[in-house]
Amino acid sequence: MAKLFAVTIIVIAIASAIPIIMHTWSAPEDISIHGPIIDDQMSETMAEAGIAFLAAQFVLAIFIWMFAKPNPGGKIKKFPGGATGLVIGAFLIVGIEVLALGVFGAKVWADVYLSPPGANAMPVQVQAGQFAFYFRYPGPDGKFAAIHPNLIDESTENFFGIDTTNDPDAKDDIVTAEFAIPVNKEIHLLMHSKDLGHSFYVRELRVHQDFVPGLDVSLHFTATKIGKYEIVCTQLCGLGHYNMKAYLEVMSQDDFDKWLKQQAAAQ
Amino acid sequence: MHDMSAPAVHHHAPPTSFIRKHVFSLDHKVIGKQYYDMALVAAIIGMILSWIMRIHLAWTNAAIPGLQLLSKTGAPGGVLTPEYYLQLMTMHGTIMVFFVLTTAPFAAFGNFFLPIQVGAEDMPFPHFNMMSFWVTFTGFIVLLASFFVSDGPTLGGWTQYAPLNAVGAIAGPGQGMGVILWMASIALFCVGQLLGSLNFIPTTLDLRTKGMSLMRLPLTTWAWFITSCMGLTAFAVLMPACILAILDHVAGTSFFVPSNLVISDQLQQHSGGSTLLWQHLFWFFGHPEVYIAIIPGIGIVSHILITNMRRPLLSHRVIIYSMGALAVLSYMVYGHHMFVSGMNPYSALAFSFPTLIITIPATIIVLIQIFSLYGSKLRINSASLFALGFISMFVSGGVSGFFLAQPSIDIMLHATYFVVGHFHMVMAVAAMFGIFAGTYFWAPKMFGRMMNETLGKIHFWLSFVGAYCIFMPFHYLGIVGNVRRYSVFVDDYLQPLLPVHKFITVAALLTGAAQAIFLYNLIHTRFWGKPASDNPWEGTSLEWSTTTPPPFDNWGGKLPVVYHDPYQYGVESSVGDYVMQASPEQVKTENDEQ
Amino acid sequence: MATTIHEPPQIDHPHTDDFSNGGGRNLIPADGDLRLTIDHSPPPTSSAIWVVVFAVSMMFAAFTSALFVRKGSSLDWQSFSLPSILYFTTLVLIASSVTLEIARRRITAFMRGFQTGVENPARWLYVTLFLGLVFVAGQYVAWLQLRAEGLYLATNPSSSFFYLLTVTHALHVLGGLGGIIYILSKLHRGILRRNQLVASARYWHFMDVLWIYLLLLLLMKL
Repeated sequence: MAKLFAVTIIVIAIASAIPIIMHTWSAPEDISIHGPIIDDQMSETMAEAGIAFLAAQFVLAIFIWMFAKPNPGGKIKKFPGGATGLVIGAFLIVGIEVLALGVFGAKVWADVYLSPPGANAMPVQVQAGQFAFYFRYPGPDGKFAAIHPNLIDESTENFFGIDTTNDPDAKDDIVTAEFAIPVNKEIHLLMHSKDLGHSFYVRELRVHQDFVPGLDVSLHFTATKIGKYEIVCTQLCGLGHYNMKAYLEVMSQDDFDKWLKQQAAAQ
Repeated sequence: MHDMSAPAVHHHAPPTSFIRKHVFSLDHKVIGKQYYDMALVAAIIGMILSWIMRIHLAWTNAAIPGLQLLSKTGAPGGVLTPEYYLQLMTMHGTIMVFFVLTTAPFAAFGNFFLPIQVGAEDMPFPHFNMMSFWVTFTGFIVLLASFFVSDGPTLGGWTQYAPLNAVGAIAGPGQGMGVILWMASIALFCVGQLLGSLNFIPTTLDLRTKGMSLMRLPLTTWAWFITSCMGLTAFAVLMPACILAILDHVAGTSFFVPSNLVISDQLQQHSGGSTLLWQHLFWFFGHPEVYIAIIPGIGIVSHILITNMRRPLLSHRVIIYSMGALAVLSYMVYGHHMFVSGMNPYSALAFSFPTLIITIPATIIVLIQIFSLYGSKLRINSASLFALGFISMFVSGGVSGFFLAQPSIDIMLHATYFVVGHFHMVMAVAAMFGIFAGTYFWAPKMFGRMMNETLGKIHFWLSFVGAYCIFMPFHYLGIVGNVRRYSVFVDDYLQPLLPVHKFITVAALLTGAAQAIFLYNLIHTRFWGKPASDNPWEGTSLEWSTTTPPPFDNWGGKLPVVYHDPYQYGVESSVGDYVMQASPEQVKTENDEQ
Repeated sequence: MATTIHEPPQIDHPHTDDFSNGGGRNLIPADGDLRLTIDHSPPPTSSAIWVVVFAVSMMFAAFTSALFVRKGSSLDWQSFSLPSILYFTTLVLIASSVTLEIARRRITAFMRGFQTGVENPARWLYVTLFLGLVFVAGQYVAWLQLRAEGLYLATNPSSSFFYLLTVTHALHVLGGLGGIIYILSKLHRGILRRNQLVASARYWHFMDVLWIYLLLLLLMKL
């Protein structure tokens, strides 16, 4: 029984590790400038966690194999070094591992989150509501019209509640349901929630940020690869949560300019 | 038992009527069994809910026969609607976290064995102890009642994030009455557990019998004591948070609901509240709650392993200090649930380091448990198999914590199935294995009868392999970016992952069905099992010194006196390779106190 | 000094309270000599009351942090001046702590046999009970005054927090009053134990301190 158990543990441990080592399932290819350091950090953590996982399961299995003896004879032996050795070992090995992960991880985080957007970053606003995203481009004047929540009306497609009659900034605002951006251009995304908590997650872009109702947050990123990617909501927001999504279209600068003109004409 | 025992003075007489004996009992042993049975019922409900969810995830349009009886609108013809999926998911999480993982290892086993292991006749305040169970039970009934209100239970998830929890029925089905019942249920649960702590802490500190110094307490007692201290802090914060949410909901205040929300084209009247406030209050409870669920498991597993290895752990004190360190650190790390919440990015860094550091005491505990196996005489039985399975699970779930502790990687993994796999392994399955181990180990003492070992081993094999088959693939799904809390995977991106979901569902159905073996074994044992002797496992701690099952005052009128450290195995005594704590026999032991 | 005429009510061992945390003193040496051990553990009531104090403190700490966050994050906070009756009720509550302390000392002295009559200390307990009720009534008057000014629970976050903190505190004071009634009934039946009295007194003083803290918090933050 004990030997079978030991073998089972080892088989499970190896079977669990195979898909990771073989990259059977892996994150989609990164399309952002800040993404590679996150991916590096990820694979480093994977290596360290994987070694810890396999080592612990193997030692557990080996000890079960060796010491499961129902016979009463013989003396109890103590692992050389005892608890002191293990505590020192844990502090040294895990402590160093943890410190390294923490310090490098902090650096990655700082690169992503603690740097201000560049001066030339293109501002785009995204508004999340049950159960759709809407995007707003400021137009030629570079200014977003103020949001008046009492003017929000789905039936007239005034998703942002902008005052088109009195507000001069509102004339050239462009509101879309899809998120088009030019490639290799830094985007400064201003995030606003209309109703509840939502989240903005683009796997390929390595971007994930919650919308906070009552508090506008922003983030910035640069996409490096043309294509169409999925934006999903990851913060439980009600019955249509599973279906709340939009698409990110990364285009060449020319395509983007054309697209924006079309959208402006359609407003 | 022996002459030096002190006479016991019991502070209440044994009851005679059925109601005072089995329903409104003041006896900690009966209360412990009541908690156990409530947790058992809750676990069955929670598991059936998880089956329904798993079937829906793999075969979205499959009709589940009979489901329409639960809710005509939520499951027309037995096919789940997306909102009812979320409602069942919320109930699964809430029932499992609160009414199974907190009550079974802590309140159930703790109530039964803590007073016995310290050598007391009962808890100091039996009336509060009785209230503790019945208030918790009322909370459970209130939670279940939300199945039967008009639009069903809340769909907000077990974390009940603001402002979804406070804006009312306009935000979706179940957000009216359902969420009020949820908040009321959890507030009641908090009161019940606070009353529990009110008994556990003085019992450990003040009711220890002669000779039972703090370091002579078994590891289980230490685990329950540390857990009750944590509960005191955590539940005393969650309860006010629930009160604030209820006020927002019914009285029109704005603690959590900010200004200018437009829901279904209607401008809400609330103004100025802070949604992050709820998250901070919730996770200040929520992270320690994870350790409230797992620390009793660590204690139980250590206790069982020691008995079956026939040797003490490499260090008794280090385990105690590590559990204490886990408890203290757990309050400093809760922000790691909020890395992408819009919290200040500097706070994310501040929460990241303690989260990584908390792996050190956890590693120490696991290393000591594993390396204590070296040179031992391990006995394989259902209890020790589940205890070893606990270690394996705790390691597997623990290493994925390395990922989630780092805010930069959390960008990729937050709110994906990776998180679901992580906490199910480290907290749910590991804690369940602790409960199973405890049941096989203590059933003789609790019910006076031995569990069937063959059935127990079959149950272990199916559960162990099954749990890995279910929860390992969750990690792979998360790495790909499969978002959790989706009832349907509508888009092209997630379609290729459906086979994995189907595999998981089949594994979950089989593993769940295997639990019927346990249920049968448990019920059969309680009524018709083989009668147990006083000390079937040749254990040393005080619960094995009394009769099986223990008399009303635990000791038959004479309190025991403690002469030894809790785990004196591997010695030569008149009874075998161990000497009991309450035995005055002098033997040469390795760990004699200086 | 008066001579003892009555048999005092059940007396706890005099040094019962001197070992607040001394289960650890019960250690029996390895040779098992029981004569070296002290023959009792402290009464669990003493630790239990600290457990209660800690839990209530955590609850108000949660409310306090909610107040700070809520005030810091919003623009809609409107301050108002506290009803002046609160200063009166504060004095009443402090006075009740003093009378309870007098009662506690007299009962303790009586239990040790230094004093003869039990009526006198009981009277001080009744005074405490009365002052406690006056405090709660005064708080009620304060709520009525705010209501007359049009400040309801949901009017503004400041009034929400005012009602929340004062009502929660008043409910805990009512619990303390229940404790004093419990002590009185035990005293009259002659079965009072000292640690029960001490525990109730500690809780009551805690309510007092908690109220002063809340008053300062409301004064500075509202």
